[in-house]
Amino acid sequence: MHCVTLTKGVPDFREGQVSFDEDGHLERGDTPTVMNPNDEPALRAALQTKIRNGGTTSVMSMGPPGYGDVLREAMESVYADDLYLLSDREMAAADTWATAITVATGLKRLEPDLVFAGFKTADGETGHTGPQTAWCLDWPLVTHVVALDVDADEGVLRAKRLVEGDVDEIETVEAPLPAFVVADPEFDPSYRKAAHRLKHKDLREETRARAQNHEDHLTVWDHEDLNLDPDFIGLDGSPTIVEGVDPIPRAPAERDATMVDPSDEDAMGDVVEELTQYAGGD
Amino acid sequence: MTETDDYEHYEAVVVGAGPGGAAAAAVLAQQGVETLVLERGVDAGSKNVSGGLLFAEESAPYTLDDLFPDFREEATERPVTESYMHNVAGDQVHTIDLEDVHEAGVEYCDSVLRRKMDSWLADQVHELARETGGGLLTEVRANGLLRENGEIVGVTCDELDPIRADVVIAADGVNSELARDAGMMNWDEPDDYFQGVKAVVDMPEGAIEERFDVDDGEGASHLFAGDLFDGVRGGGFLYTNDDTLSIGTVFHLDSIADERAEPQQLLDGLLTHPLLAQWLGDDYEELEYSAKLVPDSKKVAHPSPHQGRLLLVGDAAGQMQAQGPIIKGMNHAVSAGALAAEAFVDSRTRGTSSAGDLYEQKLRSEGVMDDLRPARYRASRAVTESDAVSGFTDALVDSFVGRAGVSLLGGTVESLFNSQFLLGMIPDTKTSYVTIPQVLGEELGEPIEGGPSQVEPPDLADRIGDLTYNTDVGNPHIEVLDESYDASGTAVTACPVSAEDFGGGCYRSETVERDGTEERVVSLDTQPCVECGTCAVVADTDWEHPRGGKGVEYEQG
Ligand SMILES: Cc1cc2nc3c(=O)[nH]c(=O)nc-3n(C[C@H](O)[C@H](O)[C@H](O)COP(=O)(O)OP(=O)(O)OC[C@H]3O[C@@H](n4cnc5c(N)ncnc54)[C@H](O)[C@@H]3O)c2cc1C
Ligand code: SF4
Repeated sequence: MHCVTLTKGVPDFREGQVSFDEDGHLERGDTPTVMNPNDEPALRAALQTKIRNGGTTSVMSMGPPGYGDVLREAMESVYADDLYLLSDREMAAADTWATAITVATGLKRLEPDLVFAGFKTADGETGHTGPQTAWCLDWPLVTHVVALDVDADEGVLRAKRLVEGDVDEIETVEAPLPAFVVADPEFDPSYRKAAHRLKHKDLREETRARAQNHEDHLTVWDHEDLNLDPDFIGLDGSPTIVEGVDPIPRAPAERDATMVDPSDEDAMGDVVEELTQYAGGD
Repeated sequence: MTETDDYEHYEAVVVGAGPGGAAAAAVLAQQGVETLVLERGVDAGSKNVSGGLLFAEESAPYTLDDLFPDFREEATERPVTESYMHNVAGDQVHTIDLEDVHEAGVEYCDSVLRRKMDSWLADQVHELARETGGGLLTEVRANGLLRENGEIVGVTCDELDPIRADVVIAADGVNSELARDAGMMNWDEPDDYFQGVKAVVDMPEGAIEERFDVDDGEGASHLFAGDLFDGVRGGGFLYTNDDTLSIGTVFHLDSIADERAEPQQLLDGLLTHPLLAQWLGDDYEELEYSAKLVPDSKKVAHPSPHQGRLLLVGDAAGQMQAQGPIIKGMNHAVSAGALAAEAFVDSRTRGTSSAGDLYEQKLRSEGVMDDLRPARYRASRAVTESDAVSGFTDALVDSFVGRAGVSLLGGTVESLFNSQFLLGMIPDTKTSYVTIPQVLGEELGEPIEGGPSQVEPPDLADRIGDLTYNTDVGNPHIEVLDESYDASGTAVTACPVSAEDFGGGCYRSETVERDGTEERVVSLDTQPCVECGTCAVVADTDWEHPRGGKGVEYEQG
């Protein structure tokens, strides 16, 4: 079984890391780049497959050469065997469409059985890249996956997927391999065999050593390596036009708060009175 | 690992990675047995508490440093070379040098902290066992025995599918769920147990050497008895670690229950006693509060600790020896664990006797059983522990005649206390724990020097607040079956993280109105539980350990 997980570097939006200018625009230069946190479920799903079904796991990303740390981070969490970075100037400033074309081309090179992606990036938040890549590959796409079982003998995967985000409606689907899986943040890896957990421990040790010299396991491909026409990738290949970016203003508070001392019986009585009008359910 | 009908199979499954489990797994793995060790804590040692003196006895069939090279350098604190017993009466103390009994037959005695010790052992065990195709897993709780046609064939777990094994070694400690599932331990009688409560206290650099007058790399043990515990039967200990102290109390659980004693207050009584001021200094910083039950081998060491493929070792088999004030559990768990492993290997190669029978034989021939259930104690107990006799001896020692006798003994007291023979015989009555030490303190004692103690121990809320918990929200591991105060009220006081008039603990008592009558009931919140096991014995509960990785996590232990 060969799995590839797609990941991307995003600005670290955590408090204390991210910085914005006066107009509310992101200061890229002052904000560190980290692995897209929404890719973690995808990495967990890939790791589960590697541990339960054996085989190798690769991590692929498209981005500038400085993505080394992002890939190392991904390597550590998925215990990846090798790393692929699709990187050159021609690929820069791609929208999701151009990214999908580029990444799909890279994936075809590797001929994996399964590709995992996160459900969206923390910066663009479109959630398009995964599905578009699957479309380019012409593979079955299974999204919102919360549990996964790969049956290598039969060449299929069985997945539980959330049908609607916040409702507990789950459907079980089956898809032939190769397939493209988008893991939901609720993805829960399951290791019910001692042997799987022992292997997990082994891999953790092994990967820790490997990730120290992650460059040794890194392959960088530019557009020529992938035989891609610069007109169809990067900025030139991106049909999306960004007209402008508006910071979202903070919603003004509409109501005034009245503070009530809970030991003040009169005031508490007023609160009850105020609330009773809603008690009928209307 | 081989799989049959979807269940995994390992040659040996060891449940629990305390000293008993670590020793068993090491011997199994060294003999090439495919061994899987299951430990429920996030890390081995994160659930474990001991006072902290690990004795390596010359007569022991196995010690940890036999089994694990570098054990003492890597995993223990200080070799303890000095030992004293303090008999306290009011502001007087009579101190006895226990050097002889401390050193008798002992190769070495090191202080230990369990998180450090057990997690180091677990790393070694994992490496050894991995070679055999097994290994050690944390955050997995065995919740019962796997049976087939009534025979034990493996274990069931919360986190894993059932696992088959040719031998199951239950080293799962005092409230062994496997021993209970096998019907080999009932948790009913408080007088089968002690309750230990401990504080680990930070010490500034150099303070241990200075205040205990020991060299760098040497340590001291101080034991306490007498009137500092409101008549509750038990005593206190203080051991020096590398740069901390372990200070605690060990009481008979029946006495804690009967006296409605608050364990944390008894510990505070020791911590704030003027006698301890010389060691604790003015800046008291408590790093961790902890508690656990300890079985009393004299009463519950299982004479035949096996059933089919199941072998019980250590506390799970009641193999915890209280030799008067000196507590020996870890060393016996190590011996028993290693002997159980040896027995399995022997039975496989010889094929004549079962592992269980061989294990039982080995416990006897290696003298472990004699230490645990001394014949002397069994013979004298019948007479000395009956209420009438103990009441009489108590009054006698306390009387003018008895006091005169004690005074006349003078220096001989020391040699009496240093007699292994006598310690094994000490009956579990108030006379030996409270009255004799107190009379000694009064008659032979010297005034305690120095002023009142400056120590202010944290209150219970802060102690709980300082502990780390991974709460299993909505999934309490203990259920009160009978919430009436009569049935379960003892837990309010006996639980080391609960107290009457304290709302932030596990057990609370409250008065409710039912059908027009007032009733006193208890309620339980397991969030602050330290899994000591007390309420499994003193209250009417359905008691389990939390799932793997959940519950309290000790940093020191
Ligand atoms: C306050 C106090 C002071 C003590 N002082 C001393 C002393 O000075 N010297 C001494 O030798 N002894 C002392 N003891 C006793 C000593 O701690 C025990 O006898 C000893 O730890 C027993 O070892 P064990 O391996 O049998 O069990 P434990 O050390 O209790 O280990 C049991 C292990 O099993 C794990 N476990 C339990 N249930 C499960 C399950 N269902 N599934 C998976 N894992 C499980 C636990 O997490 C734990 O790691 C003291 C005890 C206390 C409480
Ligand atoms: S609730 Fe029970 S097991 Fe938990 S700390 Fe209290 S007495 Fe011990």
